[in-house]
Amino acid sequence: MNANLLTDAIGWLFDPANQVGEGGIPIRVFEHVRISALSVGFALVPALGAGLAIGHLRRGEFLTVTAANVGRAIPSLAILGFAFYFVLDLTGRLGDWPTVITCAVLAVPPILTNAHVGIREVDPDLVEASRGMGMSGLQVLRIVEIPLAAPLILAGIRTSAVQVVATATLGAIVAGGGLGRYIVDGFAQNDYEMVLGGAILVALLAIVTELFFSAVEKLASPARARRPTSFAPAYQEVAQVGRDDVSG
Amino acid sequence: MTGQPFFRWDWTVDHLDDVWVQLLQHLQLTLWAVGIGLLIAFPMAVVAYRRRFLYGPFTWITGILYTIPSLALFAMLVPYTGLSFTTAEIGLVSYTLLILLRNTVAGFGGVPSDVKEAAIGMGYSPRQVLWRVELPLALPAIAAGVRIATVTTIGLVTVTALIGLGGLGHFILLGIERRFMTATVLGAVLSVVLAIVMDRLLIIAERAVAPWTRSKAAA
Repeated sequence: MNANLLTDAIGWLFDPANQVGEGGIPIRVFEHVRISALSVGFALVPALGAGLAIGHLRRGEFLTVTAANVGRAIPSLAILGFAFYFVLDLTGRLGDWPTVITCAVLAVPPILTNAHVGIREVDPDLVEASRGMGMSGLQVLRIVEIPLAAPLILAGIRTSAVQVVATATLGAIVAGGGLGRYIVDGFAQNDYEMVLGGAILVALLAIVTELFFSAVEKLASPARARRPTSFAPAYQEVAQVGRDDVSG
Repeated sequence: MTGQPFFRWDWTVDHLDDVWVQLLQHLQLTLWAVGIGLLIAFPMAVVAYRRRFLYGPFTWITGILYTIPSLALFAMLVPYTGLSFTTAEIGLVSYTLLILLRNTVAGFGGVPSDVKEAAIGMGYSPRQVLWRVELPLALPAIAAGVRIATVTTIGLVTVTALIGLGGLGHFILLGIERRFMTATVLGAVLSVVLAIVMDRLLIIAERAVAPWTRSKAAA
């Protein structure tokens, strides 16, 4: 349409009228972050627990592959649709719960896969040596395996978090809050300043999330495990290729 | 919800024409995206493989594209390219790039160096090495990338329904808007089925084109 739209959208972002009130930018950012944090929080315990257990016990490995494949094949919009009916049926109202459920479901596979692969890739000699020193299974997991797997485990959480921030945008379709509101409402009102402004905010939030978790990863990694910062997430796609597909 | 049946066959049968149209639209959006994605990512991968220092910047750029949420990307493009096929494709293609680039480079990286040296020793030019030695050996990894990109894109295409482009997401949205569960179930199930069918078809196609590869059907 016109090249001025971008300037208008940036003007919209800084318009004092958009900073206050229920639909103000700070509130929407807060809602978006809250939805995302809740979702990753809910996914974290089961996904991490299962991933660590599978990696440590070396049992049930098919679960990880299945979760990754199913997670990739089921569209997030479809999960949102089901969560929408589920919450509506259960509570009679909507709010942010359909979004949180959808995001939590989608957050599971990357955390699960990376926890599993991280533990599995720990040098077996180290594990054996630790056992020889008299450590129990849980001690091996806590003292040896988890610290060594930390970079990959954190990479999984980062992937999930970025994906969740992206998916939380869709919540606005089912009347949820968050930054998606600007995009959905903007389209409905033909207000493209708002659409573009909202889109810029969502994209920035996703990128900030990525950078934040990359920084956490660096802080938590042993010096030798530090890799150069790459924007590209280290997650299941490559883990799978490395394992199953390149060898052929 | 509230006594609504989970799935109504009669409604589905009544709307078979529309189902067919949206299914084809979904497939079309997907195939164009992966096709164009491959046309862009493959040369990038060849360059990045030959000039290693470019791999970092390439994955960085495609990584940023991959990080931008799909709805946001579509929303950013709509004011410029409208509610059009082009808008959808720009978004969809940009999501395939990271997957295809990484898998293709990984494939080239997995080619044993003695095989390449033997080819060079036999007088192959760099171009011949690429097309006759490296590409065939990298094919399983590239094909895996194409499969992952295809399945991922099929999921993403549902979102393009939001910018009025149809596809199976149309039914999911219709179901949400009218609180009519059958439509949501229909869109979701068909999308998953399409993803599985395309994945299988690509495995079969890979075996037909390159019988020397033995890519695992399970992955």
